[in-house]
Amino acid sequence: MGGKGEKPKLIMDDGRRHDGRAFNELRPIKMEVGVLNNANGSAYVEFGKTRVIAAVYGPREAQPKHIAIPYRAVLRCRYHMAPFSTDERKSPAPSRREIELSKVIREALEPVVMTELFPRASIDIFIEVISADGGTRTTSLTAASLALADAGIPMRDIVAAVAVGKVDGVLVLDIDQVEDNFGEADMPVAAAPALDEITLLQLNGTLTKEEFEEGLELALKGIRQIYSIQKETLRNKYLKVEVEE
Amino acid sequence: MSLTPSTPDYIIPKLKAETIAAIVKKGTRLDGRGLKDYRKLTIIPNYLPKADGSAYVKLGNTQVLVGVKMEVGTPYSDAPNEGVIVVSAEFVPMASPVFEPGPPDENAIELARVIDRSIRETHAIELEKLAIIPGKKVWMVWIDIYVLDHDGNLTDAASIGTLAALMTAKIPKFEITEDEQVLIDKSTYVGELPLRKKVVTVTIGKIKDALIVDPDQEEESVLDSKIMIAVDEDGVIAGIQKAGLASITKEEAIKAAEIAIEKGKEMIQKVTQVVQRPAEAAEEAEEEKAEEKTEEVEETPLEEEVPSEEAEEVEKEELEKPEEEKPTPEEAEPQQEEPPKKEEAPAVPEEEKAEEAEQEEKPEEDLEKESEETESLKPSE
Repeated sequence: MGGKGEKPKLIMDDGRRHDGRAFNELRPIKMEVGVLNNANGSAYVEFGKTRVIAAVYGPREAQPKHIAIPYRAVLRCRYHMAPFSTDERKSPAPSRREIELSKVIREALEPVVMTELFPRASIDIFIEVISADGGTRTTSLTAASLALADAGIPMRDIVAAVAVGKVDGVLVLDIDQVEDNFGEADMPVAAAPALDEITLLQLNGTLTKEEFEEGLELALKGIRQIYSIQKETLRNKYLKVEVEE
Repeated sequence: MSLTPSTPDYIIPKLKAETIAAIVKKGTRLDGRGLKDYRKLTIIPNYLPKADGSAYVKLGNTQVLVGVKMEVGTPYSDAPNEGVIVVSAEFVPMASPVFEPGPPDENAIELARVIDRSIRETHAIELEKLAIIPGKKVWMVWIDIYVLDHDGNLTDAASIGTLAALMTAKIPKFEITEDEQVLIDKSTYVGELPLRKKVVTVTIGKIKDALIVDPDQEEESVLDSKIMIAVDEDGVIAGIQKAGLASITKEEAIKAAEIAIEKGKEMIQKVTQVVQRPAEAAEEAEEEKAEEKTEEVEETPLEEEVPSEEAEEVEKEELEKPEEEKPTPEEAEPQQEEPPKKEEAPAVPEEEKAEEAEQEEKPEEDLEKESEETESLKPSE
């Protein structure tokens, strides 16, 4: 990947990564649902310095009308980065990258959302990256999935996502920005663990077939960890409701 | 904002959709191809006289032009001594009833970015050799993909075209003035665009449990999902993009990677053969033409000759109401019986080239009008 300045050492002599993590270790994760008042469902997800808020509106009447599909709901998805989320200010106008990511995130959620229950309606997913430090699409997807669940939208499973990278020749889980910028490969993966299905798969960089298989396995293991935090987060919300009543 | 498409690209009768799925399940395709076969491929390198590198690609009935323009620009501040690549794709309205005029939509952007990444990540172009005045002036390699006719698998057609166009691309003569301006003289070229790696994408569609290579438009309209996998000449995976509304399993992802590596190397060889030895390729194409005389006349249902026997049988089995279900015989190629050599040399002989050259005026005008937003060297992530 194109480097910014001098390439730092990414794998230390003791085999740890530049931030001290092991190769298969996720960044510190925080998740919360119901963070917004107006939205039907919302979530905040943090992976280290990557922070994302996702909101879901709907199912509601599809607007404009011509986008409606007679036999299912339309999923609408916008992935957007705040101007202050990056090192240099990002123009708020949607970039080509954001347009592509909106599409792949939507397509990663299509297999799990039971859109067939809401003909002619739309389910709108709005994602704002407020701090970007690598892995924003996977964090966004993890948050969007929680927000959908928080909105009470029927789903076959919850989607969790993480990127595997290759840095200094080593496959590592959940790469951050430095590892993305100076690594050899970045492979974001999303899966619905209960269904054992992959819903997003991209690779930016080069891998041999063996590395690809190994990386995929590493990603799926990380996804299962994230998935259990997601479920815990959703459960906790209802525990709290009980206490308050 | 990305929306679930409300109308598929191409609407086909339900019966036909079922037939496609059923026939694929049996290991063959409606047009007689095997699951891993590409359609007939024609490449004409150096197709556009005004471009610095170009190719025309016809894959089945999908037609794509790729033009490379070399211009002088300023480098990105984080890579001051490297040239810049910009890949854009235009799905022009003439190419399909569902393409509308306007800025590239998410599909065009996705296609351009998938190809951009495959080139960038393999370091296919030796960008460090493209500095003119280090830190100040570098070559910008503008790669413009122009879809002229959409019959499915635009990504692979565009990727093959991009490889061919890059292989033909040349660096114009230039002069550095005293005040560090660069004057270009495109009447003479001083060298070829330095390439380090060759890379193509292989698009694999999933229908139920089957994986098919190079889906045509009818097949695309019934695909559950598709995976585009970029592969370089050494069989290294150089990019993946899963698209479509359904999921895939881990096993399917791995299987797709295996198929892509096999087919990708094959396609790179074909492109190399046509571009580097156009004379031989043209000769072989001539022979091919002699054998299948009718071939030049496009769009006529000529090749109804022998859609491979088993395929035909299966089709019949599947078709309960044959009158509704003419399985577009024009696409049926006697694929399996063919010795592989014939397909490898698809360049078109002179007369046809001249014919096709007439098309080029119009698209090129558009090409200059459309000012595409510059792909930033790297995403801010």
